[in-house]
Amino acid sequence: MPEYKWPEAKQRSLIGKRVSRLDGPDKVSGKAKYSSDLKRPGMLFGRFLRCPYAHAKLVSLDVSAAERVPGVKAVMTLKEPGAEIQWALDEIAVVAAENEHIAEDALRKIKVKYEKLPHLVNEADLSKAGKWAKKPTEHLQGDPDKAFQEAEVTHEGEYGIPVIAHCTLEPHGQVVEWQDQNLTVYPSTQNVSGMAQQYAQPLQIPTGNIKVRMDHVGGGFGSKFGADSWGIQSAQLAKKAGAPLKTFLEREAEIFVAGNRPSAFAKIKVGAKKDGTLVAWQSETWGTGGPTGGGLSVTEVIPYVVNVPNARKKNIAVTTHTGAQRAWRAPNHPQACYLTMSALEDMAAKLNMDALDFFVKNIALTGERSELYRKELLKAAELIDWKKKWHPRGDTTPGHIKQGLGLSIHTWGGRGHDCEARITINADGSTSVDIGSQDLGTGTRTVIAMVAAETFGLPVSGVKVNIGRSPDYPNAGASGGSTTVGGVSSATRRGALDALDQLFAKVAPSLGVEPAQLEAAGGKIQVKGNPTKSLTWNQATAKLGVTPITVSGKNPGPGNLINSGVGGAQMADVSVDTETGIVKLNKFVAVQDCGMIINQKTAESQVYGAMIMGIGYSLFEERIMDDVTGRQLNANMEFYKLTGIGDTGELVVHMWMEDPEQDARGVIGLGEPPVVSPAAAIGNAVANAIGVRVPLAPFTPYRVLAALEKKGGLTS
Amino acid sequence: MAKPDDQEAGSSAQVSRRGFIKGAGAVLSSGIVATTEVLEAAQTPAGAKLLGPGKVPITLRVNGVAKSLNLEPRITLLEALRDELELTGAKKVCDRSVCGACTVLINGKAAYACALLAVEAQGKEITTVEGLTKQDQLHPMQQAFVDNDAQQCGYCTPGFVVAAKAFLDTHPNPTTEQIRKGLGGNLCRCGTYAGITRAVLQAAKQQKGGQSHA
Repeated sequence: MPEYKWPEAKQRSLIGKRVSRLDGPDKVSGKAKYSSDLKRPGMLFGRFLRCPYAHAKLVSLDVSAAERVPGVKAVMTLKEPGAEIQWALDEIAVVAAENEHIAEDALRKIKVKYEKLPHLVNEADLSKAGKWAKKPTEHLQGDPDKAFQEAEVTHEGEYGIPVIAHCTLEPHGQVVEWQDQNLTVYPSTQNVSGMAQQYAQPLQIPTGNIKVRMDHVGGGFGSKFGADSWGIQSAQLAKKAGAPLKTFLEREAEIFVAGNRPSAFAKIKVGAKKDGTLVAWQSETWGTGGPTGGGLSVTEVIPYVVNVPNARKKNIAVTTHTGAQRAWRAPNHPQACYLTMSALEDMAAKLNMDALDFFVKNIALTGERSELYRKELLKAAELIDWKKKWHPRGDTTPGHIKQGLGLSIHTWGGRGHDCEARITINADGSTSVDIGSQDLGTGTRTVIAMVAAETFGLPVSGVKVNIGRSPDYPNAGASGGSTTVGGVSSATRRGALDALDQLFAKVAPSLGVEPAQLEAAGGKIQVKGNPTKSLTWNQATAKLGVTPITVSGKNPGPGNLINSGVGGAQMADVSVDTETGIVKLNKFVAVQDCGMIINQKTAESQVYGAMIMGIGYSLFEERIMDDVTGRQLNANMEFYKLTGIGDTGELVVHMWMEDPEQDARGVIGLGEPPVVSPAAAIGNAVANAIGVRVPLAPFTPYRVLAALEKKGGLTS
Repeated sequence: MAKPDDQEAGSSAQVSRRGFIKGAGAVLSSGIVATTEVLEAAQTPAGAKLLGPGKVPITLRVNGVAKSLNLEPRITLLEALRDELELTGAKKVCDRSVCGACTVLINGKAAYACALLAVEAQGKEITTVEGLTKQDQLHPMQQAFVDNDAQQCGYCTPGFVVAAKAFLDTHPNPTTEQIRKGLGGNLCRCGTYAGITRAVLQAAKQQKGGQSHA
């Protein structure tokens, strides 16, 4: 029985190094086939008829003219007359045709009548939410009334962060193909192993009849776990049409119905002692995630990280006639972080304290990781030159370009999910790892290969990684919540150690030692302490004869290979033009811990990516809804603006590995934590620059100018 | 309560710029595109040739090879590349000239393949990301993207690689600031710009070192 642990740092040949992602060459050359790139024999294209109203009753629907359009192979109605539609762009009917243009021609022939119903699509002004504001949830901890009485300074403020879209570049959708009662789905998903069961029940076929295949996915960010109504409907339509069917959402639907991050607005009151010690918190939050309400859990995320001892909290979920929320990287954390860190920084400004000193003074309130936060903040401060550049709120230097600094801290769990890895060592020396997982662009394939290769003492090229198929490969959890790297790496390590153990048993006699005396390193199986006594990897595997070694490694399992819980600090240096209102990042620093790092290169890429996505929701991204029509005004990529290459300023990523105990913690996921802090850090920097708080993200020129004229609020 | 509203389904879709062009009939150097609905209404200028609405034979020169196709004139170059020629490196993302995921070279210059009808692309040299790789040897720009991890999900990557190649052709000694402006026509959602900037600098350095690649 091997000992399930990571190799000692000094013995690692791959783990912790910078390895280029294995699928990089395929991606840069256009060879990488995403599901949306596939063409199956006789394949048709699907398009949906969508409801133009935010809230309506379907009165009548006649698709007969659409069925007669040449090139149309099948039409399906998806709602019955009388059905109530709860958001615009909900699916009403679907057409399968020879190409998308013909399908759109057919949609225009459909006769449909609706009865419009009253709608609510904007929630920033809670007083207008009426019956769509749900009953508040409340939570009390400590004695906030007494604490506020004893507070020497109080601050009250309003803050908000609107709904944003996932806007994955590869839209949601799939290719589906039937063969008798067997279905193959080629989805764009974060959940390869969990896909088949979602199709089985609505299609009334056994899960075992469904194969799932996906080589690459063009972004998910939390929005691609489900089969989705359009997946099921496409499978039904493909059956009716008798042909494979490709249905990927058009961009407008992608942005509006295929995923969004709920909004969060707040009225916050904070109490502190004159020396900066935080004593009391009160918050009333509200927000929407569409038909299911929204806002923030009063027991979990707010106040964020800084756990003020006495707190009164209230949340009001507002249902709106808008597309439904989906998990968006670190669900609820970016919103809670923005609201909390903004209010706390405002308190620091009111106390006339340096924000860094204020956070460090209260660092004990962050709990078990307080020392880590302190060190990460000080490291970030060093990297951004905080002590030299920070000034009290409001840059008083002459001219209209004002510079400012802001900070934030965050947290996430990131424990590895349930996962099984099938490890094979063949007699010819080739090896493989099969996992029904997916690589979202985080570098999952590469991490699996590095762990197996490290274990076998082989180069990365010595391991073939097979992912993206189910049930062909063993089950892995969905890629969400930063759980993948811990799941796949620990399952692979355990399985690879077991496989190696079996190989040792086979070759030990020929080296005249006990199996326990062997080790794999440098492409050889050798005797520990006597590396001249060895077999090459291929000489060793040749002894397997006709039976390859195939073992299963699982997570969870024995040994401490993974962990959960990280901190992280970010600081932004911005310039704000007080004439135009434009905010520019000069420099943006992230200091991030994540336990033991497997691939330094792709780990850093995760943090860079999170910062850039964070700049997007800080400065540009928001869903803009029209009260009158109930439609999103910017469900396209010209007006739903993503961060561009010119918008980032200088980015500095510092992976926190100063403490040896970080490495000893094992593997912890990294996808979520660095995306939490950007709006908080950037918003605080803007306030520090211009002397007033811009309460509502994103910090657009209009809002900056309004704040400067003391007109800023949550509804403009 | 509002009265039942007669709603022609088509009005639920916003009119896209390209949809408008297709619907209205486009006057091209070689002719006009018409769809069934507008055929009667279209005012055909004297001497212009009307293409469609049915399939028409066209020839595209893609990656140095002439390809004969039979397709509706309203099919975009991007759709022809992806659906007819199975050159799927160029991606359909915004489908309206914003994001650059469909970037190809037309006569050596970067262009959005979603913004050009296939019939309009006849007689031009079209190079896709697949055409940059010669005998399985990555173009130096492609290799630089790999080396600098200038990609995550990879969906924007082919468009960025092509745009970066075209940019470097006209800016052999780029500054970081020039790269940030020059590649402003492409968008990435995962946030790979730091790697992309480094990749372009690496490719530029390599090109100056005399290792340029066609």
